[in-house]
Amino acid sequence: MSATPRVVLVDDHGLFRSGVRAELGHQVEVVGEAEDVAPAIEVIERLVPDVVLLDVHLPGGGGQAVITAVKKTRPEVKFLALSASDAPEDVIAVIRAGARGYVTKTIGTAELADAIRRVADGDAVFSHRLAGFVLDAFAAGPSPEDVKPSFDPELDQLTTREREVLRLIAQGYTYKEIARELYISVKTVESHVSSVLRKLQLSSRHQLTRWAAERRLA
Amino acid sequence: MHEPDHPWRGEWSGWHERAVRWRRGGGGPLRRDPEDRIAGGVAAGIAAWRGFSVTTVRIALVVATLVSTGWAVPLYFAAWLLIPAKGSQASIGSKARHDSKGIALAIGLASLLSVFLLLARVLNDGFLTTYGWPQVVSVIGLTLIWRNAGEDEQAAMRRLVEPLEGIGTAGEKYRRATMLRLAAAVVLLLTGLAWLLTSHESISLLRPLGGLLLVVAAIVLLLGPWWLRIARDLVLERQARARAEERADMAARLHDSVLQTLALIQRRADEPQHVIQLARAQERELRSWLFEGRAPGTTDTDSFADAVRQIQQDVEARHGVTVEVVTVGDCPLDDNLSALLAAAREATVNAAKWSGATPISLFAEVGSEQVEVVVRDRGRGFDPGGVPADRKGLAESIHGRMARHGGSATVNTAPGEGTKVSLTMSRSGVPAGTGRS
Repeated sequence: MSATPRVVLVDDHGLFRSGVRAELGHQVEVVGEAEDVAPAIEVIERLVPDVVLLDVHLPGGGGQAVITAVKKTRPEVKFLALSASDAPEDVIAVIRAGARGYVTKTIGTAELADAIRRVADGDAVFSHRLAGFVLDAFAAGPSPEDVKPSFDPELDQLTTREREVLRLIAQGYTYKEIARELYISVKTVESHVSSVLRKLQLSSRHQLTRWAAERRLA
Repeated sequence: MHEPDHPWRGEWSGWHERAVRWRRGGGGPLRRDPEDRIAGGVAAGIAAWRGFSVTTVRIALVVATLVSTGWAVPLYFAAWLLIPAKGSQASIGSKARHDSKGIALAIGLASLLSVFLLLARVLNDGFLTTYGWPQVVSVIGLTLIWRNAGEDEQAAMRRLVEPLEGIGTAGEKYRRATMLRLAAAVVLLLTGLAWLLTSHESISLLRPLGGLLLVVAAIVLLLGPWWLRIARDLVLERQARARAEERADMAARLHDSVLQTLALIQRRADEPQHVIQLARAQERELRSWLFEGRAPGTTDTDSFADAVRQIQQDVEARHGVTVEVVTVGDCPLDDNLSALLAAAREATVNAAKWSGATPISLFAEVGSEQVEVVVRDRGRGFDPGGVPADRKGLAESIHGRMARHGGSATVNTAPGEGTKVSLTMSRSGVPAGTGRS
């Protein structure tokens, strides 16, 4: 990856955009901004940034509309969702649309820069809340609503290790701390998280599809 | 009192080591348990040592007595003499060895009983003598125990024989009643024994039966009050234990609410507005506990996850820290889970007060068989061994509370390393395999 990732900010609050731009300063290169779905798609397709910092709530259709549109033309652009709300429907909807991670707006500057770099590198970024949602959705056994024929254990179930990693993320551990706790490398932690992200995007678990549907995105 | 090495100890520990191989009990040396006793606490000691239930051991002892024609009784007294009581090193026997007066008395009593048994044998060599001989040994054991047992054990024994002792010490009315009962019992016993002893020549079946009835009646008359007392003592003891647990629960509650608030008030003494607010909130909480029976820290909600979020709100409001909550799954609240929540609240409050770090992470997962809560901070940590004994937070509010409700708590911390408190409680009333809705 390049030393400083090129970033586009998409948020309907101008004050928030300038705040993030000022805070991130030289840690990332903010190349563009947009305040709604249509201008965002235009800016992203023109500038082709490494990472798009995307607000979940946009007036003209929500963050996932931007992702679905851009995926068709520029699949290499990566999205990090940013949300004030912690509602699972919001978060899961953008993740299933294709975002590589999700953070809350209360995140500290250093952590945000770190998350952007991680997403630019192709890794996934899980907040502790997201880890909680995933553990909830992938409860130990398939729930009665998970119809048998469509249940794919490879995709619809977490491995023990993935579950352990998620539990530690939910408890506020950093990747480095998780690696130390489980006696594995940070790289391995990252690959577990990426694998969970893939399952999160592709699984047909009832809970996930329901959350996504509540945002009108199945 | 403390004999460094007496001859029995070596033998005993050798036997013990062999026993270790098939151990399934709680471990540790065999000790009598005077807390849970009927006589000397030997049965309770064996039960704790081997992992049986006390009742099983007691039944086994009674059966052994019947099978061995009474020899289990002197064996019991020997065990009482030789096994030290819980928490003490020396056995009663080690002290009794030097009690020459006691030994003389024991031998005297034993010979008296022997003479009586020999006489009985001349009259009739029935079961009385068969069961009687082992008791000669018992008398020796009992005398030595009586004279050499520790103070509290002696007090307990005295209470057991008090109904008989009443003749000498108690008031006029009570003494007359006891005398009357004794006299009646002796008459019944003598008549019954006479009938029994002469019955083997008789063809009639009624006489031995009548004799047996008379003997039983005499025993009931003699020992009835004594049995009643034992039963009552057992009930009282159980009640006392329940009361002690209740007290501990209440102390933990008061610590979590009132003491915590008082500590906060001292810290914020220069912010009158804040102090008033704290005092008001505490007053409300205390009132609702005392007059409406709602325990401090509990909520109206029936949802475990909601109750966890309630902890977050309360601690954030009171202590001005950020608590990051993640809950996975949910289930209805019950007594055990309320205790788990109270312990989690205490752990969170501790983190808010002492860690010096924010945010505090509060993670709760409802699994199909157990519920786990992890409270974690990246603060200054502490040395678990260096916590003063009078600080109730960790010992009582967390460890004690979890243990009383069948859960467990582990605390991982070191100075500068942050603190992690993990609390686990198995879900009651949920058969394994079912679970989350």
